[in-house]
Amino acid sequence: MMKIGVLALQGAVREHVAAIQAGGAEAVVVKKAAQLEELDGLVLPGGESTAMRRLIDCADLLEPLRAFADAGKPVFGTCAGLVLLAKEIEGQEAAHLGVMDITVARNSFGRQVDSFEADLDIEGIDEPFPAVFIRAPHIVRAGADVEVLCEYQGRIVLAKSGPFLGCSFHPELTGDHRLMQLFLDMIENRELLPTEAHYSKI
Amino acid sequence: MSEKGTDRVKRGMAEMQKGGVIMDVVNAEQAKIAEAAGATAVMALERVPSDIRKEGGVARMADPRITEEVMNAVSIPVMAKARIGHITEARVLEAMGVDYIDESEVLTPADEEFHLLKNDYTVPFVCGCRNIGEAARRIGEGASMLRTKGEPGTGNIVEAVRHLRQVNGEVRKIVAMGEDELMTAARDLGASYEFLKEVKLLGRLPVVNFAAGGIATPADAALMMELGADGVFVGSGIFKSDQPERFARAIVEATAHYQDYELIAKLSKDLGPAMKGLEMATIGAADRMQERSW
Repeated sequence: MMKIGVLALQGAVREHVAAIQAGGAEAVVVKKAAQLEELDGLVLPGGESTAMRRLIDCADLLEPLRAFADAGKPVFGTCAGLVLLAKEIEGQEAAHLGVMDITVARNSFGRQVDSFEADLDIEGIDEPFPAVFIRAPHIVRAGADVEVLCEYQGRIVLAKSGPFLGCSFHPELTGDHRLMQLFLDMIENRELLPTEAHYSKI
Repeated sequence: MSEKGTDRVKRGMAEMQKGGVIMDVVNAEQAKIAEAAGATAVMALERVPSDIRKEGGVARMADPRITEEVMNAVSIPVMAKARIGHITEARVLEAMGVDYIDESEVLTPADEEFHLLKNDYTVPFVCGCRNIGEAARRIGEGASMLRTKGEPGTGNIVEAVRHLRQVNGEVRKIVAMGEDELMTAARDLGASYEFLKEVKLLGRLPVVNFAAGGIATPADAALMMELGADGVFVGSGIFKSDQPERFARAIVEATAHYQDYELIAKLSKDLGPAMKGLEMATIGAADRMQERSW
Protein backbone atom coordinates (compact mmCIF):
# COMPACT_ATOMS: atom_id res chain seq x y z
CA MET A 1 0.00 0.00 0.00
CA MET A 2 1.26 3.50 -0.81
CA LYS A 3 2.22 5.61 2.18
CA ILE A 4 1.39 9.29 1.90
CA GLY A 5 2.41 11.75 4.57
CA VAL A 6 0.59 14.91 5.60
CA LEU A 7 2.81 17.57 7.13
CA ALA A 8 1.06 18.01 10.47
CA LEU A 9 2.54 21.09 12.06
CA GLN A 10 -0.61 23.15 11.64
CA GLY A 11 -3.68 23.36 9.39
CA ALA A 12 -6.19 21.07 7.67
CA VAL A 13 -4.46 17.77 8.42
CA ARG A 14 -7.50 15.64 9.29
CA GLU A 15 -9.21 16.40 5.97
CA HIS A 16 -6.20 15.36 3.87
CA VAL A 17 -5.80 12.18 5.90
CA ALA A 18 -9.44 11.31 5.09
CA ALA A 19 -8.90 12.03 1.37
CA ILE A 20 -5.76 9.86 1.25
CA GLN A 21 -7.55 7.00 2.97
CA ALA A 22 -10.53 7.38 0.62
CA GLY A 23 -8.04 6.89 -2.23
CA GLY A 24 -6.96 3.56 -0.76
CA ALA A 25 -3.54 4.68 0.49
CA GLU A 26 -2.11 4.77 4.00
CA ALA A 27 -1.92 8.23 5.56
CA VAL A 28 0.95 9.19 7.88
CA VAL A 29 0.77 12.25 10.13
CA VAL A 30 4.24 13.79 9.81
CA LYS A 31 5.78 15.89 12.56
CA LYS A 32 9.42 14.79 12.36
CA ALA A 33 12.07 14.48 9.66
CA ALA A 34 12.69 10.78 10.29
CA GLN A 35 9.14 10.02 9.20
CA LEU A 36 9.81 11.24 5.66
CA GLU A 37 11.96 8.22 4.82
CA GLU A 38 9.11 5.74 4.61
CA LEU A 39 6.88 7.93 2.43
CA ASP A 40 5.93 7.61 -1.25
CA GLY A 41 4.53 11.13 -1.35
CA LEU A 42 3.77 14.11 0.87
CA VAL A 43 0.89 16.56 1.22
CA LEU A 44 1.50 20.10 2.44
CA PRO A 45 -1.93 21.10 3.76
CA GLY A 46 -3.79 24.37 3.91
CA GLY A 47 -3.17 26.54 6.96
CA GLU A 48 -1.05 29.61 7.60
CA SER A 49 2.21 29.50 5.68
CA THR A 50 4.09 31.84 8.04
CA ALA A 51 3.14 29.73 11.07
CA MET A 52 4.03 26.50 9.25
CA ARG A 53 7.39 27.90 8.20
CA ARG A 54 8.29 28.81 11.74
CA LEU A 55 7.33 25.33 12.92
CA ILE A 56 9.29 23.79 10.03
CA ASP A 57 12.36 25.70 11.23
CA CYS A 58 11.78 24.76 14.88
CA ALA A 59 11.59 21.09 13.96
CA ASP A 60 14.64 21.29 11.64
CA LEU A 61 12.48 20.14 8.76
CA LEU A 62 13.42 22.57 6.00
CA GLU A 63 16.41 20.68 4.62
CA PRO A 64 14.81 17.22 4.96
CA LEU A 65 11.71 18.49 3.11
CA ARG A 66 13.87 19.97 0.35
CA ALA A 67 15.84 16.75 0.10
CA PHE A 68 12.58 14.78 -0.16
CA ALA A 69 11.42 17.02 -3.01
CA ASP A 70 14.82 17.05 -4.73
CA ALA A 71 14.82 13.26 -4.73
CA GLY A 72 11.83 13.51 -7.06
CA LYS A 73 9.32 12.32 -4.45
CA PRO A 74 5.87 13.72 -5.24
CA VAL A 75 4.57 16.62 -3.15
CA PHE A 76 1.06 18.09 -3.27
CA GLY A 77 0.55 21.54 -1.77
CA THR A 78 -2.83 23.17 -1.18
CA CYS A 79 -3.12 26.91 -0.48
CA ALA A 80 -0.44 27.47 2.20
CA GLY A 81 1.17 24.28 0.87
CA LEU A 82 1.40 25.88 -2.57
CA VAL A 83 3.13 28.88 -1.00
CA LEU A 84 5.60 26.53 0.72
CA LEU A 85 6.41 24.82 -2.62
CA ALA A 86 6.94 27.97 -4.67
CA LYS A 87 10.38 29.08 -5.83
CA GLU A 88 9.40 32.72 -5.37
CA ILE A 89 6.84 34.57 -3.28
CA GLU A 90 5.77 38.00 -4.46
CA GLY A 91 6.89 40.76 -2.10
CA GLN A 92 9.01 38.43 0.02
CA GLU A 93 12.78 38.07 -0.14
CA ALA A 94 13.01 34.38 0.58
CA ALA A 95 10.94 31.40 -0.46
CA HIS A 96 10.22 28.42 1.79
CA LEU A 97 11.00 25.04 0.18
CA GLY A 98 11.46 26.83 -3.14
CA VAL A 99 11.28 23.65 -5.21
CA MET A 100 8.48 24.35 -7.72
CA ASP A 101 9.29 26.79 -10.51
CA ILE A 102 6.44 29.21 -9.89
CA THR A 103 5.95 32.61 -8.30
CA VAL A 104 2.94 32.97 -6.03
CA ALA A 105 1.15 36.00 -4.67
CA ARG A 106 -0.27 35.46 -1.17
CA ASN A 107 -3.84 36.41 -0.19
CA SER A 108 -4.24 37.63 -3.73
CA PHE A 109 -8.02 37.25 -3.92
CA GLY A 110 -8.45 39.53 -0.89
CA ARG A 111 -9.29 39.11 2.77
CA GLN A 112 -11.68 36.59 4.32
CA VAL A 113 -14.83 38.52 3.29
CA ASP A 114 -13.72 37.97 -0.31
CA SER A 115 -13.18 34.22 0.14
CA PHE A 116 -15.44 32.22 -2.15
CA GLU A 117 -16.55 28.93 -3.64
CA ALA A 118 -16.54 28.30 -7.39
CA ASP A 119 -16.80 25.37 -9.76
CA LEU A 120 -13.62 24.91 -11.80
CA ASP A 121 -12.91 23.28 -15.14
CA ILE A 122 -9.75 21.31 -14.61
CA GLU A 123 -7.56 19.84 -17.33
CA GLY A 124 -7.91 16.07 -17.21
CA ILE A 125 -10.96 16.05 -14.90
CA ASP A 126 -14.30 15.65 -16.63
CA GLU A 127 -16.94 17.27 -14.48
CA PRO A 128 -16.50 20.71 -12.82
CA PHE A 129 -14.57 20.61 -9.55
CA PRO A 130 -16.03 22.38 -6.48
CA ALA A 131 -13.27 24.62 -5.12
CA VAL A 132 -13.11 26.56 -1.86
CA PHE A 133 -10.82 29.61 -1.96
CA ILE A 134 -9.93 31.00 1.47
CA ARG A 135 -7.67 34.07 1.54
CA ALA A 136 -6.17 32.22 -1.37
CA PRO A 137 -2.87 32.75 -3.17
CA HIS A 138 -2.47 32.33 -6.92
CA ILE A 139 0.36 31.57 -9.31
CA VAL A 140 1.54 34.75 -11.03
CA ARG A 141 4.39 33.13 -12.97
CA ALA A 142 4.77 29.56 -14.13
CA GLY A 143 8.13 28.28 -15.37
CA ALA A 144 8.59 26.66 -18.78
CA ASP A 145 8.18 23.13 -17.42
CA VAL A 146 5.08 23.91 -15.43
CA GLU A 147 1.84 22.51 -16.74
CA VAL A 148 -1.10 24.80 -15.97
CA LEU A 149 -4.12 22.64 -15.17
CA CYS A 150 -6.61 25.33 -14.28
CA GLU A 151 -7.12 29.06 -14.46
CA TYR A 152 -9.88 30.96 -12.76
CA GLN A 153 -10.65 34.54 -13.80
CA GLY A 154 -7.36 34.61 -15.67
CA ARG A 155 -5.32 33.48 -12.66
CA ILE A 156 -3.48 30.18 -12.43
CA VAL A 157 -4.93 28.21 -9.53
CA LEU A 158 -3.72 24.66 -10.22
CA ALA A 159 -0.46 23.52 -11.76
CA LYS A 160 1.83 20.55 -12.04
CA SER A 161 5.56 20.44 -12.49
CA GLY A 162 7.40 17.14 -12.50
CA PRO A 163 6.58 15.54 -9.14
CA PHE A 164 4.90 18.65 -7.76
CA LEU A 165 1.20 19.46 -7.75
CA GLY A 166 -0.06 22.69 -6.26
CA CYS A 167 -3.37 24.51 -6.00
CA SER A 168 -4.67 27.80 -4.59
CA PHE A 169 -7.84 26.31 -3.19
CA HIS A 170 -8.79 23.64 -0.65
CA PRO A 171 -9.85 20.33 -2.22
CA GLU A 172 -9.63 18.93 1.34
CA LEU A 173 -12.68 20.94 2.41
CA THR A 174 -15.05 19.14 0.06
CA GLY A 175 -15.84 15.46 -0.13
CA ASP A 176 -14.54 15.46 -3.70
CA HIS A 177 -11.34 13.41 -3.79
CA ARG A 178 -10.59 13.63 -7.53
CA LEU A 179 -7.57 15.91 -7.11
CA MET A 180 -6.15 13.64 -4.42
CA GLN A 181 -6.72 10.78 -6.84
CA LEU A 182 -4.80 12.69 -9.49
CA PHE A 183 -1.93 13.03 -7.00
CA LEU A 184 -2.05 9.33 -6.08
CA ASP A 185 -1.99 8.49 -9.80
CA MET A 186 1.06 10.74 -10.21
CA ILE A 187 2.84 8.71 -7.54
CA GLU A 188 1.85 5.41 -9.05
CA ASN A 189 3.07 6.48 -12.49
CA ARG A 190 6.10 8.20 -11.09
CA GLU A 191 8.68 6.66 -13.41
CA LEU A 192 6.80 8.25 -16.31
CA LEU A 193 7.18 11.78 -14.96
CA PRO A 194 9.61 14.19 -16.63
CA THR A 195 11.68 14.67 -13.50
CA GLU A 196 14.95 15.03 -15.45
CA ALA A 197 13.97 18.52 -16.53
CA HIS A 198 13.66 19.38 -12.91
CA TYR A 199 16.96 17.78 -11.93
CA SER A 200 18.90 19.55 -14.63
CA LYS A 201 18.08 22.90 -13.02
CA ILE A 202 19.28 22.05 -9.56
CA MET B 1 -20.31 31.57 -10.72
CA SER B 2 -18.68 32.23 -7.41
CA GLU B 3 -20.28 32.58 -4.02
CA LYS B 4 -18.93 34.44 -0.98
CA GLY B 5 -19.76 34.01 2.70
CA THR B 6 -20.95 30.40 2.43
CA ASP B 7 -20.81 28.12 5.47
CA ARG B 8 -18.01 26.19 3.83
CA VAL B 9 -15.93 29.33 3.29
CA LYS B 10 -16.63 30.65 6.80
CA ARG B 11 -16.09 27.36 8.63
CA GLY B 12 -13.21 26.45 6.33
CA MET B 13 -11.28 29.53 7.39
CA ALA B 14 -11.36 28.20 10.98
CA GLU B 15 -10.32 24.72 9.80
CA MET B 16 -7.13 26.33 8.45
CA GLN B 17 -6.33 27.65 11.93
CA LYS B 18 -6.26 24.17 13.47
CA GLY B 19 -3.25 23.27 15.57
CA GLY B 20 -2.44 26.96 15.78
CA VAL B 21 -2.32 29.76 18.30
CA ILE B 22 -4.38 32.94 18.00
CA MET B 23 -2.94 35.78 20.05
CA ASP B 24 -4.55 38.87 21.56
CA VAL B 25 -2.77 42.05 20.52
CA VAL B 26 -3.46 45.70 21.31
CA ASN B 27 -1.21 47.33 18.69
CA ALA B 28 0.71 46.74 15.48
CA GLU B 29 3.99 46.12 17.28
CA GLN B 30 2.51 43.24 19.28
CA ALA B 31 0.89 41.88 16.12
CA LYS B 32 4.30 41.71 14.43
CA ILE B 33 5.77 39.87 17.42
CA ALA B 34 2.85 37.41 17.29
CA GLU B 35 3.26 36.80 13.55
CA ALA B 36 7.01 36.29 13.84
CA ALA B 37 6.43 33.84 16.68
CA GLY B 38 4.20 31.72 14.42
CA ALA B 39 0.69 32.79 15.46
CA THR B 40 -1.93 31.65 12.93
CA ALA B 41 -3.97 34.80 13.53
CA VAL B 42 -4.12 37.79 15.84
CA MET B 43 -7.08 39.19 17.76
CA ALA B 44 -7.11 42.97 17.82
CA LEU B 45 -8.57 44.52 20.93
CA GLU B 46 -8.34 47.67 23.03
CA ARG B 47 -7.23 46.04 26.28
CA VAL B 48 -6.33 42.45 27.06
CA PRO B 49 -8.78 40.71 29.41
CA SER B 50 -6.59 41.05 32.53
CA ASP B 51 -6.49 44.83 32.05
CA ILE B 52 -10.25 44.95 31.49
CA ARG B 53 -10.62 43.06 34.75
CA LYS B 54 -8.22 45.37 36.61
CA GLU B 55 -9.37 48.69 35.23
CA GLY B 56 -13.08 47.96 35.10
CA GLY B 57 -15.49 50.15 33.14
CA VAL B 58 -17.28 49.25 29.92
CA ALA B 59 -15.15 47.26 27.48
CA ARG B 60 -16.00 47.93 23.83
CA MET B 61 -14.81 47.20 20.30
CA ALA B 62 -11.28 48.54 19.79
CA ASP B 63 -10.68 51.92 18.15
CA PRO B 64 -10.81 51.17 14.40
CA ARG B 65 -7.43 52.89 14.12
CA ILE B 66 -5.82 50.12 16.20
CA THR B 67 -7.52 47.38 14.22
CA GLU B 68 -6.53 49.02 10.94
CA GLU B 69 -2.90 49.34 12.02
CA VAL B 70 -2.86 45.69 13.03
CA MET B 71 -4.36 44.70 9.66
CA ASN B 72 -1.68 46.68 7.85
CA ALA B 73 1.13 45.26 9.98
CA VAL B 74 0.67 41.53 9.36
CA SER B 75 -0.17 39.09 6.56
CA ILE B 76 -1.89 36.54 8.82
CA PRO B 77 -5.65 36.82 9.46
CA VAL B 78 -6.83 39.53 11.82
CA MET B 79 -9.74 38.88 14.13
CA ALA B 80 -11.45 41.51 16.28
CA LYS B 81 -13.91 41.51 19.15
CA ALA B 82 -17.40 42.98 19.13
CA ARG B 83 -19.76 43.15 22.11
CA ILE B 84 -22.42 40.46 22.38
CA GLY B 85 -25.48 41.63 20.45
CA HIS B 86 -23.85 44.82 19.17
CA ILE B 87 -24.99 44.75 15.55
CA THR B 88 -23.27 47.99 14.64
CA GLU B 89 -19.85 47.11 16.07
CA ALA B 90 -20.01 43.84 14.13
CA ARG B 91 -21.05 45.58 10.90
CA VAL B 92 -18.27 48.15 11.34
CA LEU B 93 -15.68 45.38 11.73
CA GLU B 94 -17.10 43.60 8.68
CA ALA B 95 -16.95 46.83 6.66
CA MET B 96 -13.31 47.29 7.70
CA GLY B 97 -12.55 43.85 6.28
CA VAL B 98 -11.45 42.04 9.45
CA ASP B 99 -11.17 38.31 8.79
CA TYR B 100 -13.12 36.98 11.79
CA ILE B 101 -15.26 38.58 14.51
CA ASP B 102 -15.29 37.32 18.07
CA GLU B 103 -18.73 38.05 19.58
CA SER B 104 -17.10 38.07 22.96
CA GLU B 105 -18.12 37.91 26.60
CA VAL B 106 -14.75 39.55 27.37
CA LEU B 107 -16.35 42.84 26.31
CA THR B 108 -19.34 44.26 28.15
CA PRO B 109 -22.48 42.85 26.52
CA ALA B 110 -24.64 45.28 24.54
CA ASP B 111 -27.68 42.99 24.67
CA GLU B 112 -28.48 40.77 27.61
CA GLU B 113 -31.09 38.74 25.77
CA PHE B 114 -30.08 38.27 22.15
CA HIS B 115 -26.86 37.36 20.40
CA LEU B 116 -26.09 38.52 16.85
CA LEU B 117 -27.75 36.72 13.96
CA LYS B 118 -24.40 35.73 12.55
CA ASN B 119 -25.89 33.95 9.55
CA ASP B 120 -26.63 37.40 8.13
CA TYR B 121 -22.98 38.35 7.71
CA THR B 122 -20.34 37.58 5.09
CA VAL B 123 -17.60 37.72 7.71
CA PRO B 124 -17.39 34.63 9.93
CA PHE B 125 -17.81 34.65 13.72
CA VAL B 126 -16.28 32.81 16.64
CA CYS B 127 -18.22 32.56 19.93
CA GLY B 128 -17.55 31.19 23.39
CA CYS B 129 -19.31 28.18 24.90
CA ARG B 130 -19.25 26.23 28.15
CA ASN B 131 -21.44 23.32 27.14
CA ILE B 132 -23.09 21.74 24.13
CA GLY B 133 -26.27 23.79 24.54
CA GLU B 134 -24.38 27.05 24.19
CA ALA B 135 -22.39 25.57 21.32
CA ALA B 136 -25.61 24.57 19.53
CA ARG B 137 -27.25 27.95 20.03
CA ARG B 138 -24.24 29.88 18.77
CA ILE B 139 -23.88 27.63 15.73
CA GLY B 140 -27.62 27.96 15.14
CA GLU B 141 -27.19 31.74 15.03
CA GLY B 142 -24.39 31.27 12.52
CA ALA B 143 -21.12 31.00 14.45
CA SER B 144 -18.50 29.30 12.23
CA MET B 145 -16.04 28.58 15.01
CA LEU B 146 -16.27 28.00 18.75
CA ARG B 147 -13.96 28.41 21.69
CA THR B 148 -14.29 27.55 25.32
CA LYS B 149 -15.05 30.57 27.45
CA GLY B 150 -12.76 29.65 30.30
CA GLU B 151 -12.36 32.63 32.60
CA PRO B 152 -10.55 35.31 30.57
CA GLY B 153 -7.76 37.40 32.03
CA THR B 154 -7.11 35.12 34.99
CA GLY B 155 -4.12 33.12 33.77
CA ASN B 156 -5.94 30.22 35.45
CA ILE B 157 -6.66 27.25 33.21
CA VAL B 158 -9.26 25.59 35.44
CA GLU B 159 -12.38 27.01 33.77
CA ALA B 160 -11.16 26.33 30.23
CA VAL B 161 -10.48 22.73 31.26
CA ARG B 162 -13.94 22.47 32.79
CA HIS B 163 -15.63 23.82 29.65
CA LEU B 164 -13.68 21.72 27.18
CA ARG B 165 -14.26 18.55 29.19
CA GLN B 166 -17.94 19.42 29.45
CA VAL B 167 -18.41 19.98 25.71
CA ASN B 168 -16.36 16.97 24.61
CA GLY B 169 -18.00 14.74 27.23
CA GLU B 170 -21.42 15.76 25.96
CA VAL B 171 -20.35 15.10 22.36
CA ARG B 172 -19.25 11.59 23.33
CA LYS B 173 -22.57 10.94 25.08
CA ILE B 174 -24.56 12.12 22.07
CA VAL B 175 -22.53 9.95 19.72
CA ALA B 176 -23.26 6.94 21.96
CA MET B 177 -27.00 7.68 22.21
CA GLY B 178 -29.67 5.87 20.32
CA GLU B 179 -31.50 8.07 17.82
CA ASP B 180 -34.66 7.73 19.89
CA GLU B 181 -32.89 9.39 22.84
CA LEU B 182 -31.89 12.54 20.96
CA MET B 183 -35.12 14.54 21.30
CA THR B 184 -35.14 14.29 25.07
CA ALA B 185 -31.44 15.16 25.12
CA ALA B 186 -32.21 18.18 22.92
CA ARG B 187 -34.78 19.36 25.47
CA ASP B 188 -32.44 18.85 28.41
CA LEU B 189 -29.36 20.36 26.79
CA GLY B 190 -31.02 23.38 25.17
CA ALA B 191 -29.71 22.25 21.78
CA SER B 192 -31.79 21.66 18.68
CA TYR B 193 -32.68 18.12 17.66
CA GLU B 194 -31.22 18.73 14.20
CA PHE B 195 -27.94 19.84 15.75
CA LEU B 196 -27.66 16.74 17.91
CA LYS B 197 -28.40 14.55 14.91
CA GLU B 198 -25.54 16.23 13.04
CA VAL B 199 -23.15 15.77 15.98
CA LYS B 200 -24.08 12.11 16.20
CA LEU B 201 -23.55 11.63 12.47
CA LEU B 202 -20.18 13.45 12.39
CA GLY B 203 -18.93 12.10 15.70
CA ARG B 204 -17.81 15.63 16.60
CA LEU B 205 -18.93 19.26 16.56
CA PRO B 206 -19.64 20.57 13.06
CA VAL B 207 -17.20 23.47 13.56
CA VAL B 208 -13.72 23.87 14.98
CA ASN B 209 -13.51 24.34 18.75
CA PHE B 210 -10.50 26.15 20.22
CA ALA B 211 -9.56 26.54 23.88
CA ALA B 212 -9.55 30.00 25.43
CA GLY B 213 -9.72 31.77 28.75
CA GLY B 214 -6.81 31.29 31.12
CA ILE B 215 -3.98 29.81 29.05
CA ALA B 216 -0.73 31.22 30.48
CA THR B 217 2.08 28.73 29.78
CA PRO B 218 3.27 26.33 27.05
CA ALA B 219 2.10 23.45 29.25
CA ASP B 220 -1.37 25.01 29.55
CA ALA B 221 -1.65 25.21 25.78
CA ALA B 222 -0.47 21.62 25.36
CA LEU B 223 -2.94 20.45 28.02
CA MET B 224 -5.85 21.94 26.09
CA MET B 225 -4.67 20.19 22.91
CA GLU B 226 -4.37 16.94 24.87
CA LEU B 227 -7.99 17.36 25.98
CA GLY B 228 -9.12 17.68 22.37
CA ALA B 229 -9.03 21.39 21.56
CA ASP B 230 -8.44 22.15 17.87
CA GLY B 231 -6.11 25.03 18.75
CA VAL B 232 -5.74 27.76 21.35
CA PHE B 233 -6.42 31.44 21.92
CA VAL B 234 -3.99 33.19 24.24
CA GLY B 235 -5.19 36.49 25.61
CA SER B 236 -3.30 38.10 28.44
CA GLY B 237 -0.89 35.16 28.76
CA ILE B 238 1.65 36.42 26.26
CA PHE B 239 1.91 40.16 26.53
CA LYS B 240 1.42 40.12 30.31
CA SER B 241 4.35 37.74 30.78
CA ASP B 242 7.89 38.95 31.42
CA GLN B 243 9.20 37.86 28.01
CA PRO B 244 6.35 38.08 25.47
CA GLU B 245 8.44 37.00 22.46
CA ARG B 246 9.74 33.88 24.14
CA PHE B 247 6.35 33.00 25.60
CA ALA B 248 4.71 33.42 22.21
CA ARG B 249 7.24 31.20 20.47
CA ALA B 250 7.15 28.57 23.18
CA ILE B 251 3.35 28.41 23.21
CA VAL B 252 3.25 28.02 19.41
CA GLU B 253 5.69 25.11 19.51
CA ALA B 254 4.06 23.43 22.51
CA THR B 255 0.67 23.58 20.78
CA ALA B 256 1.98 21.93 17.61
CA HIS B 257 3.92 19.25 19.51
CA TYR B 258 1.64 18.88 22.50
CA GLN B 259 2.65 15.30 23.27
CA ASP B 260 6.39 15.89 22.98
CA TYR B 261 7.03 16.33 26.69
CA GLU B 262 10.80 16.65 26.45
CA LEU B 263 10.32 19.48 24.01
CA ILE B 264 7.78 21.17 26.30
CA ALA B 265 10.25 20.86 29.18
CA LYS B 266 12.90 22.53 27.06
CA LEU B 267 10.51 25.26 25.90
CA SER B 268 9.42 25.99 29.46
CA LYS B 269 12.93 26.41 30.88
CA ASP B 270 13.90 29.86 32.11
CA LEU B 271 10.86 31.49 30.57
CA GLY B 272 10.56 33.74 33.58
CA PRO B 273 7.32 34.50 35.37
CA ALA B 274 4.06 33.87 33.54
CA MET B 275 1.28 36.38 34.16
CA LYS B 276 0.44 36.42 37.86
CA GLY B 277 -3.00 34.91 37.61
CA LEU B 278 -6.11 34.80 39.79
CA GLU B 279 -7.69 32.15 41.95
CA MET B 280 -11.35 31.60 40.94
CA ALA B 281 -12.66 31.92 44.51
CA THR B 282 -11.38 35.51 44.61
CA ILE B 283 -13.53 36.56 41.65
CA GLY B 284 -16.95 37.91 42.53
CA ALA B 285 -20.02 36.72 40.63
CA ALA B 286 -20.34 40.04 38.81
CA ASP B 287 -16.77 39.73 37.50
CA ARG B 288 -17.16 36.25 36.02
CA MET B 289 -17.10 36.94 32.28
CA GLN B 290 -18.17 33.38 31.45
CA GLU B 291 -21.66 34.07 32.85
CA ARG B 292 -22.25 36.62 30.08
CA SER B 293 -24.13 35.13 27.12
CA TRP B 294 -27.30 33.15 27.00
